[in-house]
Amino acid sequence: MNTHIEPTDFVFDDLAEGAVTKAIARYPAGKQASAVMALLDIAQRQMERLTGSAWVPRVAMDAVAQRLGIAAVRVYEMATFYTMYNTKPVGKFHLQVCTTTPCWLRGSDEVVASCKKVSGIEDFGQTSADGLFTMTEVECLGGCVNAPILQINDDYYEDLDAARTEALLNGLKSGAPLPPAGSSIGRQASAPVTNQTALLNNTKPVE
Amino acid sequence: MAKVTVDGIEVEIANGSSVLQAAEAAGKEIPRFCYHERLSVAGNCRMCLVEIEKIPKPVASCGQPVADGMVIFTDTENVRKSRRGVMEFLLINHPLDCPICDQGGECDLQDEAVSYGRDTSRYEEGKRAVAQPDWGPLVKTTMTRCIHCTRCIRFSTEIAGVPELGATMRGESMQVGTYVEKALSSELSGNLIDLCPVGALTSKPYAYTARSWELRKTDSVDVLDAVGTNIRIDARGAEVLRILPRLNDDVNEEWLGDKSRFSVDGLKRRRLDRPWLRENGKLRAASWEEVFAAVTNKIKSTTPDRIGAIAGDLVDVESMLALKEMFTSLGSPNLDCRQDGAVFDASQRGFYLFNTSIAGIEEADALLIIGSNSRHEAPVLNARIRKRWLAGNFQAGLIGVAHDLTYATTHVGAGPDAIAALLDGTHPFAEVLKAAKKPMLILGAGALARPDGAAIHAAAWKLAAQFNMMNDDWHGFNVLHHAAARTGALDIGFLPGPEGKATAQMLGGGVDILWLLGADALDTQAIGADTFVIYQGHHGDAGAARADVILPGAAYTEKDGTYVNTEGRVQQGFIAVKPPGDAREDWRILRAISAYMGHALRYDTLQELRAHLVQTYPGFALTGELRRLAGTNLTAPAGDLAAVSSAPFQPVLQNYYQTDPISRASPTMAACVAAHYPTLAEAAE
Repeated sequence: MNTHIEPTDFVFDDLAEGAVTKAIARYPAGKQASAVMALLDIAQRQMERLTGSAWVPRVAMDAVAQRLGIAAVRVYEMATFYTMYNTKPVGKFHLQVCTTTPCWLRGSDEVVASCKKVSGIEDFGQTSADGLFTMTEVECLGGCVNAPILQINDDYYEDLDAARTEALLNGLKSGAPLPPAGSSIGRQASAPVTNQTALLNNTKPVE
Repeated sequence: MAKVTVDGIEVEIANGSSVLQAAEAAGKEIPRFCYHERLSVAGNCRMCLVEIEKIPKPVASCGQPVADGMVIFTDTENVRKSRRGVMEFLLINHPLDCPICDQGGECDLQDEAVSYGRDTSRYEEGKRAVAQPDWGPLVKTTMTRCIHCTRCIRFSTEIAGVPELGATMRGESMQVGTYVEKALSSELSGNLIDLCPVGALTSKPYAYTARSWELRKTDSVDVLDAVGTNIRIDARGAEVLRILPRLNDDVNEEWLGDKSRFSVDGLKRRRLDRPWLRENGKLRAASWEEVFAAVTNKIKSTTPDRIGAIAGDLVDVESMLALKEMFTSLGSPNLDCRQDGAVFDASQRGFYLFNTSIAGIEEADALLIIGSNSRHEAPVLNARIRKRWLAGNFQAGLIGVAHDLTYATTHVGAGPDAIAALLDGTHPFAEVLKAAKKPMLILGAGALARPDGAAIHAAAWKLAAQFNMMNDDWHGFNVLHHAAARTGALDIGFLPGPEGKATAQMLGGGVDILWLLGADALDTQAIGADTFVIYQGHHGDAGAARADVILPGAAYTEKDGTYVNTEGRVQQGFIAVKPPGDAREDWRILRAISAYMGHALRYDTLQELRAHLVQTYPGFALTGELRRLAGTNLTAPAGDLAAVSSAPFQPVLQNYYQTDPISRASPTMAACVAAHYPTLAEAAE
């Protein structure tokens, strides 16, 4: 349940304010409510910037509702529906493990186990004692070709196995910055792991 | 119009109607949980599946518009199978707690499960359970029973205009609620209980009280505001257990305000169930003979012009007529029904009625509210204004306290100065009224119950005339009363006769005998110290506390009564239970006492009284229906426009929940005050 402490107020700071104005301006007059998703994201990023934890406290949802002139409960609905908004504080690194079928077939269980091992977390939804990691189970991240996928904050880390996951997380634990996103086995984008089999400068179609 | 065939029956129905409506027009019943006539279409319960020719899969009929030539089947094997499937899914997470559920016996899910449910469950996994949030003192939540039809969310957002409910989370975790736990702040929240098709939302005060089939149902009319909401009184034995709204599209549609619904427990408390007589400064229980003798002796020894009567807010027309005729036969002209002091020219019906009519609000295109918080004074009528506002092309202006009325209002001003600003066109809202084709104004008690009430009444009439609010087919001048008895009293002229004294003159020792017929809203401190007060009523409230003689009367649930709502609609309520103890119907008390005094009234039965009423005031012949007045009579009401003061309008109701003897006696209403007006509740302690 809600064991965390909710802040008592939330104000968009200058940096966020610019983004808010821009987001609202995208929609025609009278349809500002459409900017709710963007504003929640801006609020969450502001929280990350200021507190190191990317989440949307209730007061921030209220601030969004007030800014858009909609009922607060409409914002609560939105924020709780999407898993990308965190309604509780998360660690500095939000480990979002995809466990949907393709990732699971390609070894997401290993990734989960490694996450638990390095962070000391016992189950999904928990935050590590050092406040570095929160592990969340997410549904398909849409990167099935490079399964299994671990999303850390905004970036995808792909083609993981137990060892590489551990190495990645141990690096983060020791204070290293997030490594470049993408395949952990050097795969180019989503090209085949072995050899490139298509677009090999063949001018003639393969017969 | 589209011509469609439903199970072989051809019906014609307006374009844009849904298949479900077409089926209903053909007399076919379609099961539904989420669909509701007065709410937007959600289409999420899937129970209303039907088959339509040339559409391969079953279709949710509530959200499917009709097309010309459509052939619809509502009862094929495939339809039944689909509905059974839907039902099985709905029941997966629904607890099997019907025996302890208050909805049992009047539950849509239970009823449909009889038709479409399996006899055993195939589901072996764990059921979902949801926490029970606290939504305040009125609505009890058991959200584990919720089937996510979202009717409550749509009602609070669309009809009540207090968007506090929503569906948070998603999928199996979805929860209907407020997210941040709070008491619902709508005055119409009780309707959520009626709307909920399952037992997720039930009445908190009524919890575990009775089963629907044990109740005796009586049609009646609500008297806790002046809307005249049609209600059904559910009683068991001698006890009224609950009050529900009845359908009446012209008045309340199917809604009922929380005060009217939940004040029932006040009907059992602080009741006057026997006559009382004050002796040596203390009230003592007495017999009817004793009080009759006391009253008769006192009246006989007093000159008629020193006797006065004030009728209260909850009184039926019959007892007011009886009291009026008794006073006439005694020779006293001192009668008044305006205990709040709202004195204005009531010489024509058009001056004091809600002429536009409640249903007529939907035709208006501009509205000016003067000195009224319609949300508190008439929540159901206010919902009708909101309905009109939602339909678009409607602007509302407000003069008085800037309340949140659940729709957008332009705050024109705080006091009568704003009326002047509209009259001379200096306020921009004048342009709105000028441009409107059917503008209306509502004059509330906050504008009338003050020393310059008559002047404001005249000013408002002038405003109505100036902005063309009155013509052959439109009457846009409206007075919104909040006392249920007021319109009826004005109709029968329960007003000072020639040389008669009004409320203000009767107080402060203006009369030697003051007969309070259920009048509790006046300042009893202002009654002269030597005035002999006869209180006739049903609750031991302000009036009874000051009384020298108490005549125990009947509450509105305990008598057949006629009431005229603020529109001028004559309606009759029926007796649901007998008055407690020695209490009697009020007209009977008056009839008996008149005989005691030797001025026996001419009627011995209610039928005779009513026949006499209709004979004297033919308008009462028409009950239930309303003849809307046209705005052709432009004679202005008397009132000195120059006498208007500039004092801002004040709200007439301190709070919504406790406004009359019944609701003041109600613990549920006290709980509502504590929840919504914490400062008031503290002051009361």
